[in-house]
Amino acid sequence: MAAKREALSDKIAIDMTPMIDVVFQLITFFMLTLRTVITEGDFDIRMPLGASAGAAAEDQLPPVRVKMTAGPEGERTSLTMNGQPVGDFEELRRRIIDLVGAGPGSAADKAEVELDCDPNLSYDNVIRAVTAVSGQVQPDGTVVELIKKIKFAPPKKK
Amino acid sequence: MARRHSDGPSKTDIDMTPMIDMTFQLITFFVFTLNFTTAVQDDRVQLPMSQLAKPAEGPSVDPITLQLMSDGRVIYAGEPVSLQEIGGYLENEKRVMIASNKEPNSATVIVRADGRSKTGDVQDLIKACQEKGFEKFVLRAQYDESK
Repeated sequence: MAAKREALSDKIAIDMTPMIDVVFQLITFFMLTLRTVITEGDFDIRMPLGASAGAAAEDQLPPVRVKMTAGPEGERTSLTMNGQPVGDFEELRRRIIDLVGAGPGSAADKAEVELDCDPNLSYDNVIRAVTAVSGQVQPDGTVVELIKKIKFAPPKKK
Repeated sequence: MARRHSDGPSKTDIDMTPMIDMTFQLITFFVFTLNFTTAVQDDRVQLPMSQLAKPAEGPSVDPITLQLMSDGRVIYAGEPVSLQEIGGYLENEKRVMIASNKEPNSATVIVRADGRSKTGDVQDLIKACQEKGFEKFVLRAQYDESK
C-alpha cells in the first residue's frame, strides 16, 4: 500500500528506452550513409569529327599551339607556346593574357588553344595547362575567363 | 522525510535531457548533410586538381562517364575494362542513343581520368569515342581550394 501511494504522488516516469533506441538507430543510419562529396568541375574540349574541324569562324584567330614533351617517367620536360619555350604554367598564363588580353573586349573568345602532348606525358600536366589557358583566379576569388576553346592535336603515332 | 525513508535504496535517476538534446542535434546534422546525388565518383581514380574546376550549373545532357585509371584501364559501369575493349561498350551506348531517337553527338562524354595516367591513353579513349560518333567531351578535375 505504501508503494501505491508513492506512485500516485510521484511524477509519471516515461520510459525513454525505446525512443533512445530508435534515435541511435537513426544516427547510425545517417552516419553510415554520409558521403563527403568532393567538388568537381569540368573543362570543355572541342573534338569535332573530321570535316567540321576545318569550319572555323571568319574572325577566328590562328590556334595557339601549346606543346609539352615528356621524359621516360611521364614528367614534363619542356613547355612551349607557339614554338617559344615557356618556363612554367604561370608564365604560360601571362603569355596568353599578353596575347589575347583579359576582361571585357579581349580576343579570348576568338582564340583557340591546341594541346600537343607526348603520349606518355602525365595527364596532370594537361589539366594544369588547360587551367592556365582557360582562366585566372583573381585574389578576391573571381575568375577571369581566358580561352575556352581547347582541343587536342591529333595523337602521334607511337 | 518519512517518504524518503520509505524509498530505501531507490534507483538513481540519470538525467537524460542533455543526451537526448545532443542526439537530436546529431540527427539534424546528418539529415542536412545527407545528399541523394548520384554523381559518379570512384576511389580508384584520383582526379587532377585545378583551381578552375568549378561545378557546372546544370547536369550534363545525356552524360556518359568514362573513368581512366592510372594503369590505362577504363572503368565503365563500375567494371575495369581495357582500352581496346571499350569500343564495344561504346557501341552499346550508341545503340541506346539511337534507340531513344537521339544522335550520339548530343551526348556528353565525361572523362574522369586519373592525374597519373598517360595523356596518350586519354587521347586514345577520346579517339575511341569519336569513332562511335561522340563529339562532346569534358575533362573532369577536382576543385583545388588552396591558392
